[in-house]
Amino acid sequence: MKRTFSDYIFRSYRKRKSVNAAMVVALIGAAVVALIPLFSVFGYVISQGLPALNVSFFTELPKPVGEAGGGMANALLGTVTLVALGSLLGVPWGIATGLYLAEYGRGKLASVVRFSADMLASIPSIIIGLFVYAVVVVTMKRFSAIAGGLALGILMIPTVARSSEELLKLVPEHIREAGLALGLPRWKVTIWIVLRGIRGPITTGVMLSIARAAGETAPLLFTAFNNRFWQRGLDQPISSLPVQIYTYAISPYDDWHRQAWAGAFMLVMLVFAMNLLTRLALRNK
Amino acid sequence: MSTILEVNALNAWFGSTQAVKGIDLAFESNTVTAIIGPSGCGKSTFIRCLNRLHEEVPDASAEGRVLLNGDDIYAKDVDPVAIRRKIGMVFQKPNPFPSLSVFDNVAIGVKLAGLRRPALLKEIVEKSLHLSALWDEVKDKLHAPGTSLSGGQQQRLCIARALAVEPSVLLMDEPTSALDPISTAKIEELVTDLKKTVTIVIVTHNMQQAARISDSTAFFLLGDMVEYGETSKIFTTPKDARTERYITGRFG
Repeated sequence: MKRTFSDYIFRSYRKRKSVNAAMVVALIGAAVVALIPLFSVFGYVISQGLPALNVSFFTELPKPVGEAGGGMANALLGTVTLVALGSLLGVPWGIATGLYLAEYGRGKLASVVRFSADMLASIPSIIIGLFVYAVVVVTMKRFSAIAGGLALGILMIPTVARSSEELLKLVPEHIREAGLALGLPRWKVTIWIVLRGIRGPITTGVMLSIARAAGETAPLLFTAFNNRFWQRGLDQPISSLPVQIYTYAISPYDDWHRQAWAGAFMLVMLVFAMNLLTRLALRNK
Repeated sequence: MSTILEVNALNAWFGSTQAVKGIDLAFESNTVTAIIGPSGCGKSTFIRCLNRLHEEVPDASAEGRVLLNGDDIYAKDVDPVAIRRKIGMVFQKPNPFPSLSVFDNVAIGVKLAGLRRPALLKEIVEKSLHLSALWDEVKDKLHAPGTSLSGGQQQRLCIARALAVEPSVLLMDEPTSALDPISTAKIEELVTDLKKTVTIVIVTHNMQQAARISDSTAFFLLGDMVEYGETSKIFTTPKDARTERYITGRFG
């Protein structure tokens, strides 16, 4: 019997359906496999870090070598200080750059700025640390919280700038025109209508870059350096969780290794909590 | 009747393409003027020149004289921002500001212009929403997002937003083309009511609409104004053969 066109369609349909099912299964598999490293890191940090965590971790300074106990209170405070300093610089500067690129940037200057921001974002963070070391630390003749904050801020600028730019570009042109048509100057339209309209997504971008900065070690190694004691001023060396973890992890002492795991656990929790809080805060809007 | 807006030899370009070619036209106070013509005939560009919004598009330019109560809005020392407070605009697609409430959508024009007194803001919002015939539908949800309203309501919200800054001329760029017939009917009714307060220039693709609501009609073709006159005359005894062909549906 001669095969008709509809026979052909039907046979190829069954084949397509089974290929489709196989592909979907393969994709689900790939997605699950991609999650394995994340969850193993999570599980390992929790299993190692949680038992090492105690009250003195949050309240005490590191003890000298050989003495048991002690905590990372100064490093916790230091990380908060450094991230705050970095955000103070990186967030407004990044958003301003994003605003320029999306709202006013045309022609040569804009493409140079855009390209530079992408370059800056892909520069290894340790190079930024080196740069701040050469410019600030050498000049001040001292490691300092300011230098560390500056390094983190520089790191944040390109990511905040590019994410803000992309989000601003998603705002349709007719929204801006509607604002202009009300007899409002462009800058007021930009800030109070366009930017305000997407403050949620912009905040998400900012929080992601803050979370990333909180975990940076390399740019702090020779800018903020480290400090075994409480910070004494922004022009003084300051401790931070990542650097303290690094210092303890490469030491030969078991007690310090435990502390490093506790610090790692705290760092992960900090980043995790920030992401979670941002999401919850934005959902309620 | 007095002329509120007078256009002399208005030309507009996108880059080197001329979209509006030497238009002369006068608008009388408290009337509705419809601008009709096939897509791409320059009618939208033309009204966007009347509030100097056209020049905000990159590479766009305009030239000519547009007299608002006798003063040229294209004169050198004139701030386009000040002009747009007097000549408002409603767009083709309803475009309430995202993440602003119904109230703030209407209030924002005067608020950002510096008016802060809550009682006065409330008064202006209420008045504008009454004018746009939306008050009864939204009075209980003034603090809901503007974008949560239906399409027709959103467009009337945009009309209220434009009216809140008390313009003397309201430009409407195909305000009903994205709406269903019932919402369209409401807006048409509204236009006729609003004529008491403002002068309206409305671009429309819908010739029945032009015939229903306008006092005079201008027919545009390829950037030129082919014919202008009383609406009743344009639709019954057009002088130009091209106008007749267009309104009888033989092209466009």
